[in-house]
Amino acid sequence: MNDRSRLVVVPLVACMLIVWGCEREARPFEQLVQVQKRSQSETGTELAAGTPLPPSAGTSPFQQNAWGQSEGKRLFTAYNCNGCHANGGGAIGPALMDDEWIYGFGPENIFASIVEGRPDGMPSFRNKIPDYQVWQLVAYVQSMSGQTPIDTSSGRSDHLQARTPEIIQPYQGRIQTGHK
Amino acid sequence: MDGLQSALNPAGPQASVIAAITWTFFAIGLVVYALVIGVCAWAIFRRRRTADNAPETDNRLTWVVAAAVLATVATVIVLSGISVVAGRGLTAPSGDNAVTIDVIGHQWWWEFQYRGAMASELVNSPNEMHIPVGIPVVITAISRDVIHSFWTPNLQGKRDLIPGFETQMRLQADAPGIYRGQCAEFCGHQHAHMAFQVIAEPADAFQSWLQQQRRAAPAPSTADAQRGHDVFMNGTCATCHTIRGTSAGSRIGPELTHLASRKRIAAGTLEQTRDHLARWIVDSQSIKPGNRMPPNPLSPDDLQALLTYLETLR
Repeated sequence: MNDRSRLVVVPLVACMLIVWGCEREARPFEQLVQVQKRSQSETGTELAAGTPLPPSAGTSPFQQNAWGQSEGKRLFTAYNCNGCHANGGGAIGPALMDDEWIYGFGPENIFASIVEGRPDGMPSFRNKIPDYQVWQLVAYVQSMSGQTPIDTSSGRSDHLQARTPEIIQPYQGRIQTGHK
Repeated sequence: MDGLQSALNPAGPQASVIAAITWTFFAIGLVVYALVIGVCAWAIFRRRRTADNAPETDNRLTWVVAAAVLATVATVIVLSGISVVAGRGLTAPSGDNAVTIDVIGHQWWWEFQYRGAMASELVNSPNEMHIPVGIPVVITAISRDVIHSFWTPNLQGKRDLIPGFETQMRLQADAPGIYRGQCAEFCGHQHAHMAFQVIAEPADAFQSWLQQQRRAAPAPSTADAQRGHDVFMNGTCATCHTIRGTSAGSRIGPELTHLASRKRIAAGTLEQTRDHLARWIVDSQSIKPGNRMPPNPLSPDDLQALLTYLETLR
């Protein structure tokens, strides 16, 4: 690379890194109310015994956002999700880090599972958790099964750190392979 | 030098020790500074006129340097001695009648707990620490998330709150008044807005405050307050906050059983008024960006009813 092209390429790469990093670290405190608002009112469901739900399309607004996932991680404990699902390994409730999803592994599926509850134990959190926090939980739950990019996993939690941050844990490969 | 949050305006024995040692160090430092500058000026103006390599000059130089080293060592020893004496004064054991308070640091607010004879008598006072005047207070402090630091300059020095580790400190207020405390260790986004009030009052006023805080919240008596109660219990509020005497019992956010009795809200950030409370509930992120309270876009009627209910929590 000659000197003149270096003069162009280096600042360009630096700018790209900054822009890319911004999205990863964005903390939209002032716009939280507007984050993909959904109606949490009761809906009829077509659930039936037998086959698992197909995955939904779309992504969580915090799919690419390290802060959102770190908040999801905090809320996972704060709202006592870990009381039944442990740290994703499952206990009273099903595991969240494997590839078995009774009610679908898409973001909309997980959103619905949290808001509407599911038979045999999963309580409904309808109107108890604001939409944006449900989306943060969705992104964190998806990250447990490797459905979010590894580079947006939490590098450093803002709250008490009880274990090694996800981003510096040894890479396990994608555990999620699609639902069975 | 007077002020709600000034180490130079001591209001208790521990803070007096700190103020005394501050002034002593300042005075000794001032004398040393004046001497050094004076000797330097003297050396500059009384410089050698010609090249002078006589042995008497070397001899005199040795004496001057030796005297300066001796004076330095003596000063360090004296200051260390003062420091040890002051340190003993700060941690001296208190009497049997001491009030014990558990302090818990959270991002970004304070929790003050007063234990009673029974577990049901536990008083939980977020962001407002009441203490009796003239009676020693023993504080056991812990953090629930990151490192915080408890600092009430008028009463005691800083002490860090370490997660998983209990820190003890003693303080005492000799004059009634309201003092301001502040987190003194950077702890995240809203570290600057993590303050609390220390309300020092006569012993009987303190006891009646304690009795009053032990009571559970009264049931709503008007239709409006009842509606506010329902908004609280059926919405997001009850997911994080406790109101004793109701079904809301979560420990994520500050307890609100006696919210209306407190002088400030949002960890010392805002004065307690209906208007401020409304702004805080609807969009706290515009007041303390990054704090853990989510925005609550309530309908105007629901919000007014909720405010009416919260105002009954005296």
